[in-house]
Amino acid sequence: MSAAPGIAAPEVSDQLRRHYARRHLIGRVSLYVVAIIAAFCCAAPFLWSAMTATKLNQDLYPTDNNPLIYNKAPTIDHIAYLFTDTDFPTFVWNTLWVGLAVVAITLVLGVPAAYSIARLGRRWSGPMGIAIFFVYLIPPSLLFLSLTRLVVWLGLQDSTWSLVVIYPTITVPVSTWLLIGFLKALPKDIEEQAMVDGYSRLGAFLRTVVPLLFPGMVAVVVFAFTLTASEYLYALSFISPTEEKVVSTGVSMELILGDVYKWQELQAASLLVAVPIAFVFNLFLARFISGFTMGAVKG
Amino acid sequence: MTDTVTAPPETRRPDIAEARVRLSDREGFLAWIFLVPTVVYIVALVGVPFVLAIAYAFSDVTTGDPSYDWAGLTNFNRVFEDDVFWQSLQNTFVFTLVSMIFIVILGKVLANILVADFRGKWIVRFLVLLPWTTPVALSTLSWKWLLHSIYSPIDWTLHTAGLIGSDHVYWLGREPHALIAVIAVHVWRLVPLAAVIMMVGLLSIPKDMDEAARVDGAGYWRRMFEITIPLTFPLIAVAALFGAIFTFTDAAVVSVLTEGKPTNSTHVLASWSFQRGIDGGDVGQGAVIALFLFPMLLAAAVLILRAVRRMETL
Repeated sequence: MSAAPGIAAPEVSDQLRRHYARRHLIGRVSLYVVAIIAAFCCAAPFLWSAMTATKLNQDLYPTDNNPLIYNKAPTIDHIAYLFTDTDFPTFVWNTLWVGLAVVAITLVLGVPAAYSIARLGRRWSGPMGIAIFFVYLIPPSLLFLSLTRLVVWLGLQDSTWSLVVIYPTITVPVSTWLLIGFLKALPKDIEEQAMVDGYSRLGAFLRTVVPLLFPGMVAVVVFAFTLTASEYLYALSFISPTEEKVVSTGVSMELILGDVYKWQELQAASLLVAVPIAFVFNLFLARFISGFTMGAVKG
Repeated sequence: MTDTVTAPPETRRPDIAEARVRLSDREGFLAWIFLVPTVVYIVALVGVPFVLAIAYAFSDVTTGDPSYDWAGLTNFNRVFEDDVFWQSLQNTFVFTLVSMIFIVILGKVLANILVADFRGKWIVRFLVLLPWTTPVALSTLSWKWLLHSIYSPIDWTLHTAGLIGSDHVYWLGREPHALIAVIAVHVWRLVPLAAVIMMVGLLSIPKDMDEAARVDGAGYWRRMFEITIPLTFPLIAVAALFGAIFTFTDAAVVSVLTEGKPTNSTHVLASWSFQRGIDGGDVGQGAVIALFLFPMLLAAAVLILRAVRRMETL
């Protein structure tokens, strides 16, 4: 995007130099303009949420108030209410521990499976990789009815544990797929060297591959956690008691009493969940992408 | 995938080979034992439910009476008689196609921003990723409030600017508006994902190729259309197909934003299947509706796979 300086040969005329300088300036300016517009469009609903969450009722609901400004002093009462008088903390806790349990299951199943497919090549490992990819594309909306019956049959309906059992069906295929990519980016010589040094194949896997794969695993953890926190359909189908709900179903159902929406609390809850997840995700975005590209280049 | 996983030659460790052929050294055994738990889990909780989902379509199973009885094509007939089904089938396709076009175009623009270097890059990245990383039910709630029939700031702005005569647009209460709102939310939440996928493609373009074209005097747009887009086409295709799949199969946006209203005109297959199968308790009918997602998914999966293959041979 940015014009690299120093490319123009010294004999380039002044006029041409000015031409390039102008082109460079236009490029920079349009980049900033487009970036700001994009950021605004993406964040606009959340900006509106943030403003709503901190407005008094007398500010929010009279229709002759300008909705884009604070007509009365901002308040944090509604955010406090969310924590003291609603089940929001319970929803957050449920989402957290379900997410962590699912992530643990995902790694335990996914890392060995990915290693088996990427490294311990057998005749069936190619088709197996493709099969896992296809499983990832099977959506909850196709399976939720039969999984609901299955959950009832397992005696887990209306329990958060049902999500711990079922969510890995979403995270394991995609994580395995990602881990295969990360594994391909690791040079094979490392574990071969370890085996020459006397480790068994299993030992080489545990002592050289797993530590080297660690950055990839962290990316997978973040990704899998985000997926479980976002899931809506299974959580809605399996669980109805308030205290067993997770954030995505709890907030969207329990903070709406009949036709009465607690708008400030709803928006506060939405933001309080959105911002930390996006923040953590951002920390790992670069690693994510480098993993992908390494896989694509070396694969 | 396949071309890269050809079996390695049996590694020979001359000094200790005969002495220690333990279980932990046998690749065949390890390959098998590493994979079995995942395969068993997936067969049990994806394979079996998938077969059940088909079986339920031909049954009279309801939430109240879960015993399985063969019902032939009864459910299909009853689903087809209902106009809402045809409406939701049409909506699903319209939403998917329209969203996909916008997702690709805006995703491409956003990808170019994400790979560029400028001040304040991290805050732009953070804001831009918000729509995708936020749980869909919650971000849709923000939209629901943004498009509220009385308190929408968009209505207020349009009205104050004199662009609309009446006070309110009723975004979610009128037919074309509600459909547009659903599409807007899908596009908004999936553009960041598409952008990240396309960004991977942009980063993998060899730098010298771009620079060579620049030295030869190719401008920004020329390089974009003659180098960048052709080289990253497989990833653009993958981004488009992922956008399509996530729009096609999503129930949350419609369930939270419009609840199918006005008068069931915004339902999609997934939300209508949920309404019938869980809220209505008619598992058989719900299963029939969900089954219509499958052919499209299969097509998308095959296309993605072909794009990925092409990418690996580049």
